[in-house]
Amino acid sequence: MQEAVIKTDKLTKRFGDFIAVNEITFEVYKGEIFGFLGANGAGKTTAMRMLTGLSAPTSGTASVAGFDVYKQTENIKKNIGYMSQKFSLYEDLTVVENFEFYGGIYGLSKKQIKNKSDALIEGLKLQKEAKKLVIDLPLGWKQKLAFSVAIFHDPKIVFLDEPTGGVDPLARRQFWDLIYTASEKGITVFVTTHYMDEAEYCNRISIMVDGKIAALDSPENLKKQFNVQSMDEVFYQLARGAKRSE
Amino acid sequence: MITANNLVKTYGKHREILAVNNVSFSVKKGEIFGLIGPDGSGKTSIFRILTTLLLPESGSATVEGFDVIKDYKQIRNTVGYMPGKFSLYQDLSVEENLNFFATVFETTVQKNYDLIKDIYVQLEPFKKRRAGKLSGGMKQKLALCCALIHKPTVLFLDEPTTGVDPVSRKEFWEMLKRLQAQGITILVSTPYMDEASLCDRIALIQTGKILSIDKPANISSSFPDRIFAVKAKPMSGLLKALSKFPDAVTSYAFGEYAHLVIKKEQPDFENNLKKYLENEGLENVVIKQIQASIEDCFIKLLK
Repeated sequence: MQEAVIKTDKLTKRFGDFIAVNEITFEVYKGEIFGFLGANGAGKTTAMRMLTGLSAPTSGTASVAGFDVYKQTENIKKNIGYMSQKFSLYEDLTVVENFEFYGGIYGLSKKQIKNKSDALIEGLKLQKEAKKLVIDLPLGWKQKLAFSVAIFHDPKIVFLDEPTGGVDPLARRQFWDLIYTASEKGITVFVTTHYMDEAEYCNRISIMVDGKIAALDSPENLKKQFNVQSMDEVFYQLARGAKRSE
Repeated sequence: MITANNLVKTYGKHREILAVNNVSFSVKKGEIFGLIGPDGSGKTSIFRILTTLLLPESGSATVEGFDVIKDYKQIRNTVGYMPGKFSLYQDLSVEENLNFFATVFETTVQKNYDLIKDIYVQLEPFKKRRAGKLSGGMKQKLALCCALIHKPTVLFLDEPTTGVDPVSRKEFWEMLKRLQAQGITILVSTPYMDEASLCDRIALIQTGKILSIDKPANISSSFPDRIFAVKAKPMSGLLKALSKFPDAVTSYAFGEYAHLVIKKEQPDFENNLKKYLENEGLENVVIKQIQASIEDCFIKLLK
């Protein structure tokens, strides 16, 4: 039996008459790379905000890393990492200062921060860049660093919101190498993307349509289920039927 | 019609950041020309030079025969520009934004309604809503309407589909094809390699430099090496095995397949590769030779 680190049951969020997330029920297992897909406006961001403890659900239940999304949001925040394309690093701080800052926020000791940051700089071969301001680094590097910062405190789950938007095809692939490494270490990866080739790299994916989870399975099974050759076609078949025009 | 000749633009106190590095290209009338490259490759600087919002350091450029420095006023009346960052008035409604841009260009929405009708009907149910409250896809459509309202003959679209889901992206490209059919010249940039094939011609761009300009099909067919799509279980083992395969120029993940690039023709290559992979403990090996995609070409040029 696989250990579920995210568990939801009829999780729902309403804004007035509008049901942004409509009774979603699913589980994500430990160490899994879980792709969370959907068209713009399908409810992905709202669902992610509930799972990361930033927004209280209207009804239903959910636990993340063993903690309740209504009552234990502070525990959730301590046990997860989060990275998005928009919010990641402080550009006016150096690489090492960013490590110190985030390590401090998560309550790591100075010694822990030093050890981790040395190991990361060596692992990413960033010796030359360690004292540079983040603003002066190429985007591909910023994204790798942002990911390292997101898992700096060894969270149980890391949430990645379109982490590879806009980077070149090589950097995109190098980024996925980091995701695989994290997942091999037992960190669960919850990722959204608009690149359908990246959907193939996930163990399982869900596709949201109009606030509901319309499909959830491995990429291989989804292609079989819809009798198509690519995830692009699976996505197209599902999202085309969306009634909610965003 | 657009021409760019040896455009150079640098940033920084000591001009140490070379954003646009000697860029030349031309776009024919009625063509959809794509600038394909990642963030930070100089696409936006090129757009801003061509729309007269930024002065080049050296080099020259024309749009519809007008010089981007001397004739900037004519250019501004001739072109439509949709910047990468949403730049409409967030506090004005859909309708108000559209009327505002029509008025700035001394025209009316009614006069040019034909051109935007297809797109605007999708926005109409929300016409009283403030632009800031629209979803991503709707903002994109409104921005396109505002860029079209003065009947430009050249359209500049800077990453119109970034962060947009695959279905909306497809619809957006269908809109562009309809605008092209009305004779509008379109320069569009995108980080999505799969959109390259929808352009008539493309320039692949990286760190301010153009790596290649041609029709997408020609760029694909001029890929110098042989390329194979390989599938096996487990995928992680396959990628490791391919990376140490003796004849590999390079290999990388590509959706459900891995791509393997090799230099020259080899007799019985597929069988040999299959045996090698099976010896490495991989199962369900599938190998097929394929034509390089634009993404393969881009990876090749980056290496």
